[in-house]
Formats: sequence, C-alpha cells, structure tokens
Amino acid sequence: MIHSHLVTLLVFSFLVSTVFATLLRDTTRARLRFVILAFAAFVLSTLALGWLMSPFPR
Amino acid sequence: MSAAVSPARDVAQALPAGILAWLVPGLGHVYLRRWGKGVVFAAAIFALFVLGVVMRSRLQLHLGLDDPLALLFSLAQMGAGVPYFVARSLGYEAGEVTAVSYEYGNTFTAVAGLLNILVVLDAVDTARGRKP
Repeated sequence: MIHSHLVTLLVFSFLVSTVFATLLRDTTRARLRFVILAFAAFVLSTLALGWLMSPFPR
Repeated sequence: MSAAVSPARDVAQALPAGILAWLVPGLGHVYLRRWGKGVVFAAAIFALFVLGVVMRSRLQLHLGLDDPLALLFSLAQMGAGVPYFVARSLGYEAGEVTAVSYEYGNTFTAVAGLLNILVVLDAVDTARGRKP
C-alpha cells in the first residue's frame, strides 16, 4: 500500500511515461529520452501546481 | 504496408489483435510477435491497475445516461479488460471511499484502462502495417 503522495506521483509518472514512450517512439534510445522528459514533466508540473495551490488549502 | 500482405489478411490479423489487446493488456502485441512492446504494456498497465485496486479504487459498472461522468469513468476502467472484471468478481468493486488513497486509486484504474485503449489502437495499426 502506497501511503506517500510523493511516491504515488513518482510511480504513476514512471508507468504512464513508459507506456507513452513505447507507443510513440520506435527506438530504445528515443524511448529512454522520452521517458526521462515525460517523467520530469509530470513530476515538475505537479510540484509547481502544488506550490501554486499551497496558499489555498481549502 | 507490405505489398505481399493482402488487405484481407491485415483485417484478419487486426481483429484478433485488437480483441486480445483489450482482453489482456499487452497480449495483442504478443500475438503480433512484438514481444518487447507486449511485455512493457502488460507490466505497466497491470501495475497501474493493481496499484489502483490496492489503493481502494471503486470499480463501478455504470452504464446509464443519468450520470454521464460516471458512465465515462466506468468505460475508462473497463478499458483495462479482463483484470477489471476479475477484480470486480473478487469483491473489489465497492472500493473504500474513506480511504486516503481512494481518489488516487480511481485515477490509477481509470488511466490504466485509458492507456489500454491506446494500446488496442496501436495493436490494430501494427497489424495493418501502419506502424513498425
């Protein structure tokens, strides 16, 4: 059972990025690059949104 | 598309590939002998779905038009194929709305189904020679 919000985000981002990379790229090198970029985009955008929403907890 | 492969054969491969891909994530690509893609899709989508169920997601079966969002959510989850119906039959359909991870679980199971729909389309395209 995952109890950490951050670990949940990391796991979700990795799995979804992996599927999209396998769907959208044809070579291993391109897939790895896509996974890294998509994973970073997921995580960083979530952290940025969380930070922007932090003044409005309710 | 290869000139040696007739359109009739393409369709003959595309239909079972699409059905197998929907029933079991990754199986459509395994059927087409795309072993690597099949294993990756199976592992990632199964992991998403199982984690969602473990996080107490609700696996509702809502087919009425009275609540369109519930219908779309249900269709998204059904995209995962057999795992969705197996989880329901094992008694996980209710979920646990009071669990901290409930909404995360809903997201995981719905995204697993939506990704599998993309994988089904990829398997059909691969069978028809539109993708390598």
